[in-house]
Amino acid sequence: MTLLYSDVEEELRAAVRALLADRCPPSAMAARAGEEPLYDAGVWKALACDIGVAGLLVPEELGGAGASPREAAVVLEELGRGVAPVPFLTSSVMATKALLAAGTDAATELLGPLAEGRTTAALAVSFAASPYAAAPDTVTASPRAAARDTVTAEDGTLTGRVTAVAGAEAADVFLVPASGALYAAEATGVQPSVSLDVTRPVAVVTFDAAAATLVAPDLGPLRAALELGAGLLASEQLGVAEWCLATTVGYVTERRQFARPVGSFQAIKHRLADLWLAIVQARAAARNAADAAATGADTATAAAVAQAWCGTVAVRAAEECLQLHGGIGMTWEHPLHLFLKRAKAGEIALGTPGDHRDALTGAAGLPAPA
Amino acid sequence: MTADETTIVERAREFLAGHDPDAMGREAFLRARYDAGLAWVHFPPGLGGLGAPRGLQAVVEREFDGTPQLDVGRQAIGLGMAAPTLLTFGTEEQKRRFLRPLWTGEELWCQLFSEPGAGSDLATLATRAVRDGDDWVVDGQKVWTSGAHMARWAIMVARTDPDVPKHQGLTYFVCDMHASGVEVRPLRQITGEAEFNEVFLTGVRLPDTLRLGAVGEGWRVAQTTLMNERVAIGGTPGRRGGGMMALITETWRTRPELRTHDLHRRLLELWVEAEVTRLAAVRLREQLAAGTPGPEGSGMKLAFARLNQALSGAEVELLREEGLAYDDWTFRRSDTVDFVGRGPGYRYLRAKGNSIEGGTSEILRTIVAERVLGLPAEPRADKDVPWKDLPR
Ligand SMILES: Cc1cc2nc3c(=O)[nH]c(=O)nc-3n(C[C@H](O)[C@H](O)[C@H](O)COP(=O)(O)OP(=O)(O)OC[C@H]3O[C@@H](n4cnc5c(N)ncnc54)[C@H](O)[C@@H]3O)c2cc1C
Repeated sequence: MTLLYSDVEEELRAAVRALLADRCPPSAMAARAGEEPLYDAGVWKALACDIGVAGLLVPEELGGAGASPREAAVVLEELGRGVAPVPFLTSSVMATKALLAAGTDAATELLGPLAEGRTTAALAVSFAASPYAAAPDTVTASPRAAARDTVTAEDGTLTGRVTAVAGAEAADVFLVPASGALYAAEATGVQPSVSLDVTRPVAVVTFDAAAATLVAPDLGPLRAALELGAGLLASEQLGVAEWCLATTVGYVTERRQFARPVGSFQAIKHRLADLWLAIVQARAAARNAADAAATGADTATAAAVAQAWCGTVAVRAAEECLQLHGGIGMTWEHPLHLFLKRAKAGEIALGTPGDHRDALTGAAGLPAPA
Repeated sequence: MTADETTIVERAREFLAGHDPDAMGREAFLRARYDAGLAWVHFPPGLGGLGAPRGLQAVVEREFDGTPQLDVGRQAIGLGMAAPTLLTFGTEEQKRRFLRPLWTGEELWCQLFSEPGAGSDLATLATRAVRDGDDWVVDGQKVWTSGAHMARWAIMVARTDPDVPKHQGLTYFVCDMHASGVEVRPLRQITGEAEFNEVFLTGVRLPDTLRLGAVGEGWRVAQTTLMNERVAIGGTPGRRGGGMMALITETWRTRPELRTHDLHRRLLELWVEAEVTRLAAVRLREQLAAGTPGPEGSGMKLAFARLNQALSGAEVELLREEGLAYDDWTFRRSDTVDFVGRGPGYRYLRAKGNSIEGGTSEILRTIVAERVLGLPAEPRADKDVPWKDLPR
């Protein structure tokens, strides 16, 4: 076990960071936000194919890079630091993990093109789904309910709709939990929602008698994907928080009021010192979740700890960033709103911090009151 | 295992095969371990170490598990603060004289830094040391000196030049606690016992050989001590759910009638905070072992203080009626520091010191803000003023 970064990880980080700084810096995204979809197929192609991030988790014999969740986590840190509008988490981490866990021929067939970045996939579940809740299709199986919010499988086709799906706008194929099994299908419709997080919007995805392939006979792979997604989302949140802290430190060092840099006032220094400490802890927790996912030991607890901590820290960092920027922080022009939106949506994604804390009841030896 | 690791393991096993602590006794065993270079392996040969990478200490500790151990509660200041300072600034002779009995615990150390008029602003201290031939003559008063009543030696900062600004006129000494003119008086604490003391220094003569570092360089030497102090206090990762957390978890687990939803929520939050703090300390250890010490040390001390205080407060609350009781108010001079020892009331009160001793949490936040984050310093009124002209 190690919580430090390897040289290989640092090289990967540098490559991703340089590409994002060049092709979609937050300031440019802030200028474009609201006018057009921020998802940038060109940037994604460069990341996925040129740097090869799409196949990080896929074994070499299946056409991937055979790297581990530790490397994927470093990519996520950089994507968080750049609030990058690309489907790495949803496609290359979560959908890929579901297919790897399924291990069937149908799943393996989909992995090759995903690893090469030729296609993109998404889980057809709400981005707010927690790894601890029952799989969504166990809730409503009746045809009428199905028409409203879930999908049922019949004769090799899927019918129904799923709301709040992340990564949908870029997905060629969806992995759909239906009637207790996992299917692959193209969507009949993807209707983008007006989303809180403008750099990772969610959409309503519909299946109207869509032809489907059985990927796994149960939902184990889906849960594995949600757990890995939650554990590694912590690294993205770390990146968001780090950008917010660094940007705030830069701003309060330059901005002067009362004939002093505002960063020389102790009330502000101490808040930033506390935030720094929370981020030091977040880094250790996120690294631990990635390391656990890589070794396969203690993954559930490590992921829950990381999510319980990092989701909150990212929101706090973004909120501090806004407050300490004063009026400028409230403007559309300054990119920090992209980070606040990403942070707040990320706090809800894949289980809230409270969900993850509740899940630790057993590991902590703190059973709930009767 | 790396080559280094294999050599160290072999050395340790060879040593253990030839030294039976039951037959030779604790002190002799520890002395021999020191002489074998297996005390702190990253120290130089001849001074308890082998000049090996710091990370290998953990390997040694594993091999020596179950053998006589150091009394960390009594030796904390010696091991955590005096030793690294001696190592960095001591002469060969000083190192040879002090390090071995310091490590074995045969000689305990205390820290004569704080004074009634100089706490957070340590550099304003007024204890004078005046040169007299080969000696220095020290006069002044120190306060909050933990373990002074047991200590054989002290690390001490004194003013040797009042005519220059406060940071420049200081010199660092090893103070002989048995010298005539040293008087130690217990100071009773909120816990009822006396862990720390007032120390009066009246015409204390110290030979110049007890000076550590150059005359006027005391502040720089003290910085080394303080940095090590913070890493020592905050940087030791325990096990998951251990320490103060383990005590409250045990009560929670065995006393279901005490459980409330409010405390459940708060304890889960604290459990997560304890775990991420532990992981951050593990990471800090790894950085130190890799030779790249991060500035995380001050942060860890901040985190531990907050956690210990929140947990010990919640524990008293969880116990309700039993929380109204206290184990023992008897006035005694404690001979060891045990943060988790004794009853919950003691733990609650003792934890209050965690955010004061070794630098207050406010001072540590300022250090993080200025030295880690690089934020601008506050305006300093006392910067270029000779110490003797400062308003007091
Ligand atoms: C249990 C215990 C054991 C100790 N053991 C030792 C020992 O062995 N040897 C030793 O030398 N000392 C020891 N100390 C002393 C300790 O180092 C000092 O108490 C500490 O540094 C604070 O100094 P002070 O008590 O004078 O408080 P002050 O410095 O007077 O501080 C009072 C309050 O003002 C705040 N404050 C001060 N300056 C600033 C600033 N610039 N910005 C913001 N806030 C500020 C402080 O944080 C604190 O809240 C011990 C203390 C305790 C509690």
